[in-house]
Amino acid sequence: MSDSNVASGITAWVDAIRRDRKASIGAVLLALFVIVGVFGPLFAGDPQALVGIPLQPPSAAHWLGTNGQGQDVLAQLVVGTRVSLAIGFGVGIMVVLIGALVGVMAGYFGGRVDGLLSVLFNVFLVLPGLPLAIVIAAYLPSGPLTLALVLVVTGWAWNARVLRAQTLALRQRDFVAAAIVSGESKRRILVSEILPNMMSLLVAQVIGSTVYAIGAQVGLEFLGLGDVSAVTWGTNLYWAQNDSAILTGAWWTFAPTGLCVALVGFGLTMLNSGFDEITNPRLQLERAWRAHLGAAGQKAGRSTPVVVDRG
Amino acid sequence: MRYILRRFGFYVLAAWVALTMNFFLPRLMPGDPATALFARFKGRLSPEAMQGLREAFGFTHEPLLKQYITYLGHVLKGDLGISVAYFPSPVMKVIGTGFVWTLFLAGSAVVLSFAIGTLLGVAAAWWRRGWVDTWLPSALVFVGAFPYFWLAMVALYVFGFTLGWFPLGHAYSDDITPSWSFGFAIDVLRHAVLPVGTVILVTLGGWLLSMRNSMIAVLGSDYVNLARAKGLPPARVALRYAARNALLPSVTGFGMALGFVLGGSLLTEIVFSYPGQGYLLVQAVRNQDYALMQGIFLVITLAVLGANLCVDIFYLWLDPRTRESRS
Repeated sequence: MSDSNVASGITAWVDAIRRDRKASIGAVLLALFVIVGVFGPLFAGDPQALVGIPLQPPSAAHWLGTNGQGQDVLAQLVVGTRVSLAIGFGVGIMVVLIGALVGVMAGYFGGRVDGLLSVLFNVFLVLPGLPLAIVIAAYLPSGPLTLALVLVVTGWAWNARVLRAQTLALRQRDFVAAAIVSGESKRRILVSEILPNMMSLLVAQVIGSTVYAIGAQVGLEFLGLGDVSAVTWGTNLYWAQNDSAILTGAWWTFAPTGLCVALVGFGLTMLNSGFDEITNPRLQLERAWRAHLGAAGQKAGRSTPVVVDRG
Repeated sequence: MRYILRRFGFYVLAAWVALTMNFFLPRLMPGDPATALFARFKGRLSPEAMQGLREAFGFTHEPLLKQYITYLGHVLKGDLGISVAYFPSPVMKVIGTGFVWTLFLAGSAVVLSFAIGTLLGVAAAWWRRGWVDTWLPSALVFVGAFPYFWLAMVALYVFGFTLGWFPLGHAYSDDITPSWSFGFAIDVLRHAVLPVGTVILVTLGGWLLSMRNSMIAVLGSDYVNLARAKGLPPARVALRYAARNALLPSVTGFGMALGFVLGGSLLTEIVFSYPGQGYLLVQAVRNQDYALMQGIFLVITLAVLGANLCVDIFYLWLDPRTRESRS
């Protein structure tokens, strides 16, 4: 793919996001958090500094109050954004890459390769993820890399399964059969026939996996399996729990962090469903049909089978 | 029968993978857990006793393969080693206390969530565009965006701390001794409302949507139309004809959900200080009690695999097509 191709591809995506309301909301939300993650720590000051009396409710001096150690909750929240998002996106991408490698190989080569790889990801799917993550994390030195590794090990199997099914479906299609018959090499078929047709699914999976990674990472850190001396969203919640935030009624030490996790997850999900409407040809047809009907001053009925009436 | 055997073989393989990971992880990882383990006893034990302990934990100087075989043999006999934190209780005994609570917590949460969610899904599909269909799925998806344990903390804060409706933790009150009495049962139930309720809240949406979607597909089929045309009562058509067949995809998901909740219940247990497996597991990690940690992982894994096998057998019984095509 040449550079201009990539550029026009990106422009097409940006245009598509701007046209879709859901995707725009998601993208704006996400952009906000990314900006906070990148630039926020420059302005937030030292999150570990002891700035006041512990467990003070929100005030003008400390907008989100102070935590059990007397540190500023807002500063911790802002600084924590960077690491949490970085791990989230990093793991999201890694998980899909590994899943794609395994899933596409299993689906494309079939036979024994498929049998072996399928058993592998099915075993990983059936083993309980969170306990496995805890057991692995317990042996490694705690830190962001350990967390990322653990999340990748426990998270790739689902993507492999979905992408295997997709590859199997694509293999049946005429254009792949044509490429096989015309003697294209396997690598070329995989790289230029099958992968481009999975692009929208891959993007959706990266987004979905990022949601998973952020949630699971915060959960593991909450259990004390991260580096508890670092400042991330998960460790903030760990300390809130450890300092008995609930028993002292200090809602401000845990409520904002959870809201941020939820907002990022919500933004990513919106972006995903927006992408779905952009890339799903059925929904595209439906929109075009609605626009056409709307222009003629009519409403979509239930009779046209292609058009899904959503009221 | 062949189908069940194949599934059984798969679960045995998965169990073997879990066992093997349990064995090799501590031996591959940087930082020797054995040293950390024994550091706790330094100065309190004679060298001979230390050596004996070392052997009891399986860290000997024998070749790896031999250690591995010894380890498998011990596990098959139900010997998971000795807990360090609860020294000198065997791991099996420590796990036994927590397992009952986890089974109670996760089991009731999964069953209730499945029942309520599926019924709501039937209602949503039967009254398309009714209020159940319009509001509930989006509301539950919204709730699902929050980290589970955070919702649990908020619920604990609101209903436990502020309103004081429910206790703030533990499985039963400290001043009551466990017994098979009515009062104790009520106390246990009161303590279970928040943990079970929050798990139901986050898992309900999945069941609802899965049932709704497959129910809508089934409602369009000929035999449902025929049943309606015959003038059968609507409740009978909805439940006996449509829902029964629409249930199949949900049942497939049941095994996975059970694993998810059994594993995920440890977050519940931490927030509510519930004395189950997860609580023990996190304590074991913090105490570097590796034998207990591995034992709990193994027991959770085996429980999940067993549950999946049961679901497979149940599925076979529920869907005659799988029986015919396999035999």
